Amino acid sequence: MSFLHFIVLMPFLATILIPFLYKKWGHRIHTGWFVVFVPLTIFISLLLYLPEISNGNFIATSMPWIPSLGINLDIYLDGLALMFALIISGIGVLVVIYSIFYMSKEREALHNFYIYLLLFMGAMLGLVISDNVLALYTVWELTSISSFLLIAYWYERKKSRAGALKAMLITVFGGLMMLAGLIMLAMISDTYSIREMIASVNVIQDSYLFIPAMILLLLGAFTKSAQFPFSIWLPDAMEAPTPISAYLHSATMVKAGIYLVARMTPIFGGHSLWFWLVAGIGLLTLLYGSLRAVRQTDLKALLAFSTISQLGLIMSLLGVGSAAYYFSGGEQQELYALALFAALFHLFNHSTFKGALFMVVGIIDLESGTRDIRRLGGLMAIMPVTFTIAVIGSLSMAGLPPFNGFLSKEMFFTGMLQAAEVNMFTLEGFTILFPIIAWVASVFTFIYCFILLFKPFFGSLRLDQLPKKKVREAPLGMLVPPSILAILVVVIFFLPNVLSDSLLKPALLSIGPFTSLNEIPFEITAWHGWNTEIYMTIGVIVVGLLLFFMVKNWNSILRIYPDNLSLNSLYNSGIEKMESSSSSFTNFYMTGSIRHYIMYILIAFVGILATAVISLDSVSFNLNFKANVSIYDVSILAAMVVAAFMTLLTKNRITAIVSLGAVGYLMVMVYVIFRAPDLALTQMVVETATTVLFLLCFYHLPKFGKRIEKLPFKLTNFLVAISVGLTFTVLTLIATNHKLYHSISSYFENAYELAGAKNIVNAILVDFRGFDTMMEIAVLLIAGLGVFTLIKLRSKDGDNNETK
Amino acid sequence: MKPNDVILHTVTKLASVIIFAFSIHLFMAGHHQPGGGFIGGLTTTAGIILLFLAFDIETIRKNLPIDYKMLAALGVLISVLTGVGGLVLGEAFLEQMFDYIDVPLFGNVELATAVLFDIGVAFAVIGTSVSIILSISEDDL
Repeated sequence: MSFLHFIVLMPFLATILIPFLYKKWGHRIHTGWFVVFVPLTIFISLLLYLPEISNGNFIATSMPWIPSLGINLDIYLDGLALMFALIISGIGVLVVIYSIFYMSKEREALHNFYIYLLLFMGAMLGLVISDNVLALYTVWELTSISSFLLIAYWYERKKSRAGALKAMLITVFGGLMMLAGLIMLAMISDTYSIREMIASVNVIQDSYLFIPAMILLLLGAFTKSAQFPFSIWLPDAMEAPTPISAYLHSATMVKAGIYLVARMTPIFGGHSLWFWLVAGIGLLTLLYGSLRAVRQTDLKALLAFSTISQLGLIMSLLGVGSAAYYFSGGEQQELYALALFAALFHLFNHSTFKGALFMVVGIIDLESGTRDIRRLGGLMAIMPVTFTIAVIGSLSMAGLPPFNGFLSKEMFFTGMLQAAEVNMFTLEGFTILFPIIAWVASVFTFIYCFILLFKPFFGSLRLDQLPKKKVREAPLGMLVPPSILAILVVVIFFLPNVLSDSLLKPALLSIGPFTSLNEIPFEITAWHGWNTEIYMTIGVIVVGLLLFFMVKNWNSILRIYPDNLSLNSLYNSGIEKMESSSSSFTNFYMTGSIRHYIMYILIAFVGILATAVISLDSVSFNLNFKANVSIYDVSILAAMVVAAFMTLLTKNRITAIVSLGAVGYLMVMVYVIFRAPDLALTQMVVETATTVLFLLCFYHLPKFGKRIEKLPFKLTNFLVAISVGLTFTVLTLIATNHKLYHSISSYFENAYELAGAKNIVNAILVDFRGFDTMMEIAVLLIAGLGVFTLIKLRSKDGDNNETK
Repeated sequence: MKPNDVILHTVTKLASVIIFAFSIHLFMAGHHQPGGGFIGGLTTTAGIILLFLAFDIETIRKNLPIDYKMLAALGVLISVLTGVGGLVLGEAFLEQMFDYIDVPLFGNVELATAVLFDIGVAFAVIGTSVSIILSISEDDL
């Protein structure tokens, strides 16, 4: 176990301590103060690795977990992993500090909160630095589970539970698909290590499982990262406490899918299907999210759709960037790799400004009592600091200077313009749509950013509409974390290359087609001169401002889109239909009637056996028996048939019992003429006993409803019975004609020498196969005790019931 | 009014002795002739039931004070213990042994552990079947 392993395991270890700390000091000191040291330690420790990673190196260590199966906790810390790990732990620190002031010490079950949060943090860290795909899947599901627990943190609310369930169903569905994809990859490449998979990329690309593995992996990534059409769980996950929304559903967990796509780009990149799926779904999500965000009246829902939209943006950049693998070197490759670079840059930026915005919304919610933009307004004068942070965050998200969103948005446009020139994959003509969709989505992004900024802070303050009478600025502790993020947003704009050199380029090295850091030529500059991108940005601003101020004139157009065609109602009706159809299906065949179940069993028997016999073409037997058929055999058989039919056709139950007894005694005769004296003796006594028991049952039939009538004829029963009889007759004939081996009975003929007994049957029963006999008498004893218990206990119970 | 069952009683007294003797014969013959623990136990049960039918249950209980459930359990126990005996002697479970020994008065007699096992079978069969019939007949249906 290395120090890195310790870092990943630290959140899990801390969860063990939390309940004790909470119990001992929870009522005096907010538990979050203890928790904050965990991500802080992780963050600082990871920073210590930064210099080495920045030089283009990586750190790999391993810890055995199930070595016999090749499953180990392998850690592979490269640029991409470090960037994610720093985001996770860094924003983790800020979120924990924020939650200390957000979550009430008195009212909330804080130990639960921080245990779930630490579980999530540990799982997420494990996810990004794991090299073993099965270990990766394990923590992937752990993030789903901890997210489920966190969304339903206020479990007494119905909406929280519904949101948690939805998120769980969708992400676990994707997770299982991903597992299948990962197993396929492991089968092709014969390794569980991602690095070794990348090394054997040629083998993987030639395999027939290449496309299925790709699609399954993408399903996992798309569900986790809320891509279209799996995005519906994210808005409902907003029922979680706001620190959780800020942490999980904007900065970290939803980027797990992005991480997976980025990590797998060296394997799948360069394939046209990957390009079209990732870029296409990304753009679709971008447009869908931005259009839906404009309609929202709840601030968190708005941010949820904006997260969906921004994730789509990053995804589409990753898709376009994957084209870099199509080329081997040269200017073209460099241009497409720029898209990958832009994706990483925007991913980082999004984590900063989206985290800040969520915290701002949390402050507004806590201080005013509502998140509804129709009731909020004029908070600018009351909350100057919050307002400042909101300005920075939302303008950065809109892509305006001097904030980091501007830089990554420019690079996004560059990437999309580059994508328009894609001509090496099929369906070339459609790529012209890429910059158009990107531009339209950016306009809507601009509009919802302004809604987010203007509605709560500008206009007039309507105190009568707010649940809280006294609205004031948030405490310092709640303002510090978003301030840090906002400062970061501005600093990155002015010093982008510091971030680029230390984090982004090493990260690009691990996902792009480069072999060393020196090959990466990108410099981030705020000003490229008057090029297409800047005109596009100006267009976004102009059109966005126009549309924003005329929002009342066109907003109704978006509302025309009917709600019952939305993905949510499709999901809901799908779930309902699944439940109702499965329950009606179950009710259809689970009738509760034993007669039906016996029918199923017999039909299954006949179906399986008959098809087996017919399909194996083995219906062959001859009726020329060696043994002579005597008059005794024939007459006993005839008598048995008559008795059996009597049992079936009689009106009277007594007759049925007696004729059944007759069948039994005829069986005794069969045993006699086939020379089985022991069997004959036993059969005679047992037959007598069972006939007596039948008569006993008959005698005690209730008088009421005891009609003496013939068994009614039912065609299905008749057919089933006939086919069962036929099948087993045919099978018996086939089996007796195909003796593959000689009987072992000759061995038992030495019974006298071996067991000292001349009666072979008895020698077999008590000596050769005595174990069976021992068990059979045990069965007999159990049956006897069973009868005794049933009768004795039943009569007592019956009395009790009657007296009641 | 209680019917007068003199003939039945007398015949039963005679027949039951014959039946029990026949059962013991079947049991003992089982080693070399048709018969054995199972059928011997069943015929013994038949004799006991004849007694129950002719006289009443209480009388027979008084004269044959046997707990049939215990008898059945004892039978299973004996069978299992004969198996354990094989283990104690370092053989396989349920390993049976036999030998010929000169016993005074009887001459050369074959003694086999299989007979012990069969006694267990017989006890289990007698105990179970009689207790089933007793519990049904004692029940006020």
